[in-house]
Amino acid sequence: MITAGIDLGTQSVKAVILKDGSVVSHGQAFSGFDPAKAAEQAVGEALQKAKLSINNVDHVTATGSGMDMAPYSNSTISMMGADAKAGVYLFPKARTIIDVGAEEARAVKCDDKGIMVDFIVNERCAAGAGAFIEAMARALEVKLEDMGPLSLKAERASPINATCVIFGESDVVTLIHRQESKPEIARAVFDAMADRVSSMVHRLGIKPDVVLVGGVAKDVGFVASLKRKLGIDVLIPEHPEFAGALGAALIAVSRVKETQK
Amino acid sequence: MKETTKKDDVEYWRWQEYRRVLSDKKWKNKDLITAGVDVGSVGSKAVIMIDGEVYSWGVMRTGSNSPESAEKVLGWAMEGTGLRLNDFKYIVGTGYGRVNVPMANKAITEIACHAKGANYIWGPSVRTVLDVGGQDIKAIRCDETGRVTSFLMNDKCAAGTGRGMEVFADLLKIPIEEIGEVSLRIDEEPPPVSCTCVAFAKTEAVGLLRKGWSKEKVLAAYTRAMAVRMGNLISRVGLEKEFVITGGQSKNIGIVTRIEDILGVKCLPMPKWRENGLDPIIAGAIGAALFAKALYEKAQKS
Repeated sequence: MITAGIDLGTQSVKAVILKDGSVVSHGQAFSGFDPAKAAEQAVGEALQKAKLSINNVDHVTATGSGMDMAPYSNSTISMMGADAKAGVYLFPKARTIIDVGAEEARAVKCDDKGIMVDFIVNERCAAGAGAFIEAMARALEVKLEDMGPLSLKAERASPINATCVIFGESDVVTLIHRQESKPEIARAVFDAMADRVSSMVHRLGIKPDVVLVGGVAKDVGFVASLKRKLGIDVLIPEHPEFAGALGAALIAVSRVKETQK
Repeated sequence: MKETTKKDDVEYWRWQEYRRVLSDKKWKNKDLITAGVDVGSVGSKAVIMIDGEVYSWGVMRTGSNSPESAEKVLGWAMEGTGLRLNDFKYIVGTGYGRVNVPMANKAITEIACHAKGANYIWGPSVRTVLDVGGQDIKAIRCDETGRVTSFLMNDKCAAGTGRGMEVFADLLKIPIEEIGEVSLRIDEEPPPVSCTCVAFAKTEAVGLLRKGWSKEKVLAAYTRAMAVRMGNLISRVGLEKEFVITGGQSKNIGIVTRIEDILGVKCLPMPKWRENGLDPIIAGAIGAALFAKALYEKAQKS
């Protein structure tokens, strides 16, 4: 049985192909102005790697903010539902899954079957999402991918109380004027963001194991800050940005099984 | 209306700095001269008072250095008046950078100062003050003496603040001092934008413009969303008449009209600040100068 999951995020579209419930390939493309086209590209890349064509796929499930625009899709699943499913698949003991994407952060609490029982979303505020790091990297004149490694070199924390990207930019400028070092400012940025994400997770209630997914999970600086703030270990899968698509592809498996019954 | 050049390198967010001396007043050495210096996150304001009456003021942009901004703006209010720093009996600092006002004898929160200042500008009937500053929004309730009875602040979010409006003015290339008026140039009020985050405003606005919305309509939808946020804050603190708006956004007719519509009450009329009236942006500095007078008199008695 071949299934596919497509996650149409605000910044990029991710696709995962499963064969009998195991991952065979990934595909990714920038959302740009035409998310549907980006989805075709991402799915095309994944299919090519798996040496398959779309006709071989038994069921496609879409998720993400642009799920309604998804091509090939037979069904959809909420982003929280996909996170829960993928989290427990990757780490069977996972009960809290945190997903930090480009423009949104959310946390899902689930049972041992990967069924969501509760969730919380930081909706449409850039301060708790990847957009915050991007904006601060620009203010600091540092490449986005260098922010994390840079922040790990900080010897101490120099706190900013920014909970808004707009004010964060001026806070960063103030720190530059005060001649704080770049590593310390980068660390301050991640601490401020982790603060926001962790307070969101605390409102939901933390039940271990905690898994972090989404594109921002690849940022070592954010991960270090989040672990410090939460005070517990955080598990991260190999391809955290594909968790949503993986969850959708797993949901597709159960939907095929349902119809076979 | 001030002159605005419509070139590409124009800084649309930039508002006019200005100073004023109320010419019909003369100070004498025996007068009780006080000052209030309000160093906000975006604007710095200084008011000089003679015996508890406004004499002169200055409004300018806050620089990266709070103490320097405080000195500059007070210096500007003093310019040409013959006053020297040691003529002041007492100076109170307020605002975001209040602890960094070097010449101040005391720092007082801007919440207390805005209520006091609104009471001075509009009189003792004022009960609810909405102060829209550069970095935050405060809804304040006060009694007939201008004493704060309760207040609420938005958590640090740029939506609806002066800084947020500056970003939006730049984005739509509309001079900040005209955005209120422009936002009202629509046939029908559009629904408010769903996303108020200023960081996402660009994508949001571009999306709407691509859908064929006019600049005016996009601005109206954004202004509406901001007014809804402010309206919610006021409702939470409890609206009691009379109601006034202080801070930079008091001059944004688009915001004022929509808040009045949402709350179903009219604000007390805006003073004719362009002519000879007091500017609601200096309410905090006025309050600070009044506290300075009271504190000096108290110290004299004891």
